[in-house]
Amino acid sequence: MSDEKKTAAYICKGCGLGDRLDCTELTTIAEKEGKAEIVREHEFLCNADGVAMIQKDIDEGANRIIINACSRRAKTEAFNFENVAMTRANLREGVIWSQPDTDDARETTQEMAADYVRMACAEIKFMSIPEENPEHGSNKRLLVVGGGISGMTSAIEAARAGYEVILVEKTGTLGGMAAQLYKRVPDHEDYADPQDTGVPEMIAEIGADGLITVKLDSTITRTSGAPGQFSVDITKESGVTETENVGAIIQASGFTNYDANNLPHLGYGKSPDVVDQAGLEALARAADGGAIKRPSDGKEVTSVAFIQCAGQRSSKKGELSYCSGHCCNTSIKQAMYFKDANPDVDATIIYTDLRTPGNGEDFYRSAQKKRVIFTKGEVSEVTTSGDELEVKFNDLILNEDTAMNADLVVLATGQVPNSGVNIEAATPVSVDEVEAAAEADESRINTEVDTGTVQEVSVLNLTYRQGKDLPHLRHGFSDSHFICFPYETRRTGIYTTGPVRRPMDIAQAKEDATGAALKAIQAIENSSLGRAAHPRSGDLSYPDFRKENCTQCKRCTVECPFGAIDETEDGYPLFNESRCRRCGTCMGACPVRIISFANYSVDTVGAQLKAVDMPDEFDEKPRMLVLACENDAYPAIDMAGMNGKRYSPYVRIVPVRCLGSVNTIWISDAMNSGYDMVMLMGCKHGDDYQCHFVKGSELANIRMSKIGDTLQTLNLEPERVVDYEVAITDIDRIPQLINDAAEIIENIGMNPFKGF
Amino acid sequence: MTDIVATNETILVVGGGISGMTAAIEAAECGKDVILVEKAPSLGGRVSQLYKYFPKLCFPTCGLEINQRRMKANKNLHILTLSEVTNIAGDSGNFTATVKTAPRYVNENCTACGACGDAVTAEVDNPFNYNLDKIKAAYLPHNMAHPQRYVIDPSIIGTDEAEKAKTACKYDAIDLDMQETTMDLNVGAIVWATGWKPYDAAKIQPYGYDRFDNVITSVEFERMMDAFGPTGGKLLRPSDGKEAKNIAFIQCAGSRDRNHLTHCSRICCMASLKQTTYLTEQYGDDEEAKASIYYIDIRAIDRFEDFYQKVQDDPKVSFIKSKVANITLDEESGNPVLHGVDTEGYHRYSNPHDLVVLAIGMTPNVDISEIASGVSTDSSGFIQVNVDNGGIFAAGCASNALDVNRSVQSATAATLHSIQVVNKVSAAEA
Repeated sequence: MSDEKKTAAYICKGCGLGDRLDCTELTTIAEKEGKAEIVREHEFLCNADGVAMIQKDIDEGANRIIINACSRRAKTEAFNFENVAMTRANLREGVIWSQPDTDDARETTQEMAADYVRMACAEIKFMSIPEENPEHGSNKRLLVVGGGISGMTSAIEAARAGYEVILVEKTGTLGGMAAQLYKRVPDHEDYADPQDTGVPEMIAEIGADGLITVKLDSTITRTSGAPGQFSVDITKESGVTETENVGAIIQASGFTNYDANNLPHLGYGKSPDVVDQAGLEALARAADGGAIKRPSDGKEVTSVAFIQCAGQRSSKKGELSYCSGHCCNTSIKQAMYFKDANPDVDATIIYTDLRTPGNGEDFYRSAQKKRVIFTKGEVSEVTTSGDELEVKFNDLILNEDTAMNADLVVLATGQVPNSGVNIEAATPVSVDEVEAAAEADESRINTEVDTGTVQEVSVLNLTYRQGKDLPHLRHGFSDSHFICFPYETRRTGIYTTGPVRRPMDIAQAKEDATGAALKAIQAIENSSLGRAAHPRSGDLSYPDFRKENCTQCKRCTVECPFGAIDETEDGYPLFNESRCRRCGTCMGACPVRIISFANYSVDTVGAQLKAVDMPDEFDEKPRMLVLACENDAYPAIDMAGMNGKRYSPYVRIVPVRCLGSVNTIWISDAMNSGYDMVMLMGCKHGDDYQCHFVKGSELANIRMSKIGDTLQTLNLEPERVVDYEVAITDIDRIPQLINDAAEIIENIGMNPFKGF
Repeated sequence: MTDIVATNETILVVGGGISGMTAAIEAAECGKDVILVEKAPSLGGRVSQLYKYFPKLCFPTCGLEINQRRMKANKNLHILTLSEVTNIAGDSGNFTATVKTAPRYVNENCTACGACGDAVTAEVDNPFNYNLDKIKAAYLPHNMAHPQRYVIDPSIIGTDEAEKAKTACKYDAIDLDMQETTMDLNVGAIVWATGWKPYDAAKIQPYGYDRFDNVITSVEFERMMDAFGPTGGKLLRPSDGKEAKNIAFIQCAGSRDRNHLTHCSRICCMASLKQTTYLTEQYGDDEEAKASIYYIDIRAIDRFEDFYQKVQDDPKVSFIKSKVANITLDEESGNPVLHGVDTEGYHRYSNPHDLVVLAIGMTPNVDISEIASGVSTDSSGFIQVNVDNGGIFAAGCASNALDVNRSVQSATAATLHSIQVVNKVSAAEA
């Protein structure tokens, strides 16, 4: 690729731009101020003729392209050129559609457009064409950790697509929890009876598949590297360790049954005839379709009570607050074990809400036909009376306390995820937080840990700077936080699946594990091409840093939301480009500004904000800078324009990859350049965060909370820098925020630094 | 759209809602050639019509923006809108799918400048808002429409209105002579993601959806909250435009009912719990704002339970365990009155409300048996996924009543199954 930069700027006159703007002046700006070698106007730039004109220039050597037309979100199929760096000045949605078409507004509208042309010309000077990361690996083998239903499914499905798999199982056999079941809940029409688990067939398929290597009695004792080039130590129970290289990892480490010993009031541990659902499966397997016998004396059970939500959906200490989802169907299935063997057995399910979503309803109806009794009630206690058990409960329908006798009681307890070490329990989000905590001598960074869910044993033993396992989301589950993107873990190329991700039944686990296999395969394919994974999938840019200027402050290694950056032995950051999601949070964190991407850097944004033509103090034309998250705030501003919402002409808007990438130098540069206000617009943070880079907007918020000191040293009002949480739907609100800013400036006055 | 190259290594995805988009993008990002067929003029499907998602209360358009950007960046993906698959012949690894494309009357020159919409005066029902309001007959389907291209409603073709639109367009983007086209695509595997539709509420006779203006469905209620919805983001009841503050939610409207849908539609409990939060959003602490949920069981499984507990703590929300027997109208106030028995304690009630929202059940959008043979469906019409359907893989709500998260999970799984087929084809041809 040629290093010589040749810049071409195109000014579109379509969609009213030619009528509303003085395009000749814009051309002059691009030529004279922007120093573009080629500047062309076009009546309709996105049509075939306009695109051909641009392509011809590219073919003749233009490699820095500036499209001065509509938003970067519009006409992307037209402005889609290979092997160039491109920027787009948003003159349509961002200028003429957001400003009134009046004589009064003509001057300020033109100033806006002129500035956006200047900004684009300034930005392109610092952009280069991203090339694939040379450090990428191309190992295409998958590692699946856990040999239960989820792990076996991932292995089988990946192998069916032609990929090699190493399947590691801690115990001596495959099958996991499902292998302990007598039967499973049905997964197809007519959803009426328990069906075989299918585990032996899966084990047989794995055994016969040449692409799958099984390692039993083995655990993962070390994981290092990155997608396409993970290195993993697999250690046998005997202590022998083998090192394997794999391209992606699926963590299917499953769940542990909630310890029913925590429920003595329900009789567990007091009578052998109180069992959990796993205990009942063992009894059913022993009976093998015959009469189920109770553990205490081997008597055939004639009455059985199932207590739903035992130790779950509870606010009691040591119990689970969530619902494990499968247990209603599981109890129905287990009640059928009794009814199918002998219809005269009394089988009662005591529940508060019966949760059988989807076709579970058919299964529930089938149980009703089989005369399983369903009682809406809350159980307070299980006691022994003679050789029978007494279940005391409040009947919620009759609203009275009552009791029933049973030979056997089954507690429907929950799933506790095997998600390894809770690395965030003691890990701070940011360096600033560490310092703040040290200053205040408080330990607020030690966030509370869910009771009963912490596993001390690591599953993956990652050598990552940020900890040995994947971050947990809630209640110890390693789930994704994103509704639209259920597989997005915070460690690139490592996907969790099955009940370690969230509570689930076999049917869901199989589907989930198939999806996880797809994501792992995708991570392998993309990393082998040096491309980013979700959400900037396909992005070739990656962070680059100038080691000689690094002060080893560790901000980047601590703050990376994806644990992509390790530290070398001598304390420098070690970027694992294939683990990087390209959000730029490291770039925003770096106090000495040495981290950059080929097409996005401290300079590309810094140059834009400095390129704006700053009116002097007496012009009564303030300037506000908006740094807008490109995924939510920026589209909302676009849509405001599309809907003719008006906002102040004094604003200049720069899209950023994520607010996490906002370096505070941009704020001081803006203040020194004479902007009257800087507004950051990013996504909601906190528990229900909407930042798709997880921590970006939160980190920006923490950083901005410290900017006040800087402003004070400059003798500037703290109101001049504000950080807003906005959403993509804030089509009315964002113009209002911009207009409010103009009012604030009226109150506090102009920035005195103008003209310096 | 004549430049489509499809081979038996191509994956065809039918349906451009969240499931179909997901399947198409995920496959394309694995390097596969994908054709995505969508019946509507733009992608996004039913989730793009939702105001918020449970349990995070975030906005569906946020994920839609990410998915659209992924699509814009991917050259392996070819999108056909206004298109339907009408027939599938052949077998796994070698299908012929017949695709019928309706005329948009607008070509790729369209810049979405809006001049045609300004020129036209005729209005048509707005399907994006469930026909609760009108839209210009030359329109962009919604703010986030992708492709971002206008549509001319067929009803004005041949009229002066269509000519007005054509004259207004400076970019030669309007072609009033466009005709319906049909083409056969050779593809290797098919992901079927045609989604769901709300059960026909009028069939639940005792609830009077077709008789009472102030009985609406949950999907319509979602549109009311959107600033670009039929009520401009206000909860105004249809009969008199009065603010609806005392709102009833009836669960299992059509679902878990032998007379209607036998399955549980899974999403409706969480959807109603979510919708109760809209009252706080609209009315703050106003004591008149009340939500009453009439339910059989609240099915907030796994960590959705957290959300249920939060809603239970909201003093605005009460829960009545009851299958509502019927609804009558109080003529004077326009209020629907709900009658039934609260089974917790067996109390009879006759409760008036400003507005009733039916948590309407999900039923499959398309009967695949009319299009392809050999695909197994269950008694509700959903495609069964745990059986061999020979190279056709159901994703999302074509396979079951699923929420968004589960739909995406299902679609991602279906993607791998389709890739297994085309990888076998390419291995055989290598």
